[in-house]
Amino acid sequence: METKTKQQTELETTESVTITGAEAVVKCLLAEGVDLLYGYPGGAIMPVYDELYKYQDKLHHVLTRHEQGATHAAQGYARATGKVGVAMATSGPGATNLITGIADAQIDSTPMVCITGQVGAHLLGSDAFQETDIVGISTPVTKWNYQITKANEIPEVMAKAFYIARSGRPGPVLVDITKNAQFEEFDFEYKKCTSVRSYQPVPNMSMQSIEAAVELINNAERPFVVWGQGVILGEAEEEFKAFIEKAGIPSASTLLGLSALPTKHPLHVGMVGMHGNYSPNKLTNECDVLIAIGMRFDDRVTGDLSRYAKQAKVVHFEIDPAEVDKNVKTDVAVLGNVKETLTVALPFLKANSHKEWLQEFRNLDAVEFDNVIKNDLFPTKEGLTMGEVIKQINEASEGKAIVVTDVGQHQMIASRYAEFNQTKSNITSGGLGTMGFALPAAIGAKMGAPEREVVAVIGDGGYQMTIQELGTILQTKAAVKIVVLNNEFLGMVRQWQQLFFDKRYASTVMTNPDFIAIAKGYHMEANRVTKREDLANAVQEMMQSKEAYFLEVCVEKEDNVFPMIPTGASVSDVRLK
Amino acid sequence: MSTKNTYTISIYTENNVGLLNRISAIFLRRHLNIESVNVSKSEIKSVSRFTLLVKVTEEQVKKIIGQIEKQVEVIKAFYHTDEATVYQESCLFKLSTDLLIQNDEIQTIINQSKSRVININKNFFVLEKSGTKEEVEELYHILDKHGIMQFVRSGRIAITKDEMPVSKLLQLIKA
Repeated sequence: METKTKQQTELETTESVTITGAEAVVKCLLAEGVDLLYGYPGGAIMPVYDELYKYQDKLHHVLTRHEQGATHAAQGYARATGKVGVAMATSGPGATNLITGIADAQIDSTPMVCITGQVGAHLLGSDAFQETDIVGISTPVTKWNYQITKANEIPEVMAKAFYIARSGRPGPVLVDITKNAQFEEFDFEYKKCTSVRSYQPVPNMSMQSIEAAVELINNAERPFVVWGQGVILGEAEEEFKAFIEKAGIPSASTLLGLSALPTKHPLHVGMVGMHGNYSPNKLTNECDVLIAIGMRFDDRVTGDLSRYAKQAKVVHFEIDPAEVDKNVKTDVAVLGNVKETLTVALPFLKANSHKEWLQEFRNLDAVEFDNVIKNDLFPTKEGLTMGEVIKQINEASEGKAIVVTDVGQHQMIASRYAEFNQTKSNITSGGLGTMGFALPAAIGAKMGAPEREVVAVIGDGGYQMTIQELGTILQTKAAVKIVVLNNEFLGMVRQWQQLFFDKRYASTVMTNPDFIAIAKGYHMEANRVTKREDLANAVQEMMQSKEAYFLEVCVEKEDNVFPMIPTGASVSDVRLK
Repeated sequence: MSTKNTYTISIYTENNVGLLNRISAIFLRRHLNIESVNVSKSEIKSVSRFTLLVKVTEEQVKKIIGQIEKQVEVIKAFYHTDEATVYQESCLFKLSTDLLIQNDEIQTIINQSKSRVININKNFFVLEKSGTKEEVEELYHILDKHGIMQFVRSGRIAITKDEMPVSKLLQLIKA
């Protein structure tokens, strides 16, 4: 239960005082408990930046090197803390540069508020300097957005923005503020938003559906749980653990659900999806009841829908009614926050242990170990594998690190092999698959959770998409550990070209710069590993460093990620090679 | 393959700027054409009502309703079959006044089609007709033979035969 400090309670409703719109924006952020935001100044947001100068002891602004970096940093912060991330930019190109991060946050349900400056209201629609219709542009990728043209709208709209961003299924909100509204003076008064008439963040829970779900689960012989990020977003980790432990159900994670349950938990049977584990993918088509918890049946999880768990009754615990029956037809939908619905369902669950059924997963794990894992983690051939790097990071961090990954082969390898002991430890771009995500997201994660070790695992391709954020690290001294797995390829695309395009490596070969020299140019400790015998020490040295550290590991160039479900194939057609 | 039908979608929303954009984007993403759209005040103060006509499968319309209802400023969305609604379109014809004077047939057409003259001057008169899409089209074909100077028709508006429990819902939601 949240305990409010006196100061917080005072901030929820402020007394009226005459200030400018720009100062109001800052006061709104403070009232919402924001003490850190990411952004990039420019003409149309300058009044707000001027106020930030005044409030810098209370509200720390991090200057990223690109607005995209600001959104990813805000995402990393939000994912590591569970709080709302805030990003700010000017109008026109500043605002459009936020869009990738906003789209990423939308598809991965990350709470974020973006504030953009806009040309003066009298210039709107005139193609003025640095004017874009950012509200129109961001509409399809925001949970909500709004353009403020008068200062007196600021408190109500900002309060609403934070409420919408963090409540229910979280998401990004954009507030665009015209320059005149930033200059105007008005009587500021702030009241936190607690409801919006047309918006029901959490659907009503139905006891009938819980009873129906429990009945199916209690009678199941081969129940199987697939959980997603909803468990983490709903802060339902304990309830989820109690649920699966009581019923003894083998449980697999989606990519974004990872770390909600410790990796070594006896009922954790791996990750589902295109590059997930062999057993949970294969046995999806063997279970009799499939229990989806806080996940949305993404196409990367299901493969061919017409051959996905057709034999199973499907129970779906979900906060977003629009996700029910969207991809997979459910037999019982339990709407609500999983923290609540799992709690209510728990007493009705029959204690069980599906030992033989769980053993089937373990038997297939052994097949995967012999065919894939052994070679990835304990290679005997010369080239370094991505898997053994992750294994070394696990050992050096004792599974306590936040692992931030970019997009590609390294992402899938890290997701497969990173060990997580605590929740909110896996930060990656799932739904949008945004290359360039990891470096700025790791900065945000480290600032959100400074007491934790943050390791960004990035491919050589994605690293160069936002490499300028090394400058942000230089300026902020965020002690991020950066591991670039360099295979001199856009590895995942190359893998597809090898498997499905007759090895025609069209534009996937990367001629890379001297990454060490670049890191050193930003005054960062840096090291390169090319040989297996140097790996463990290099990773240890990186983890022991108190500062930001760059480690380049030159891995085997044409290594592939398996298992794999080719696009359009069934989950039971998962390939081991 | 399920068959496509005409569905009327009714959406009750807050009366705010930009919602048409949000709602139309849902159709755009799925490459679905909106046959007609009408936005107006509803029976509830400060609540707008969108009436959309689409030709889709029932599965598609159900998913669209889900996506529409996800929008923060949408209060409730419904879909209905033609049989479940009483619906009308409205249209205006601009015709030459000479026709009214010189052609005996035109008065019969006006009477039989249950249309009415709403404006007249020495050059043209305006004929208004409300009815189903088919009725409007039938009148168009008849008048077309006599020369139509201008023609415009509205989108569909519809009232459901069964109760649409939005007022009750709004009472439950804190205003």
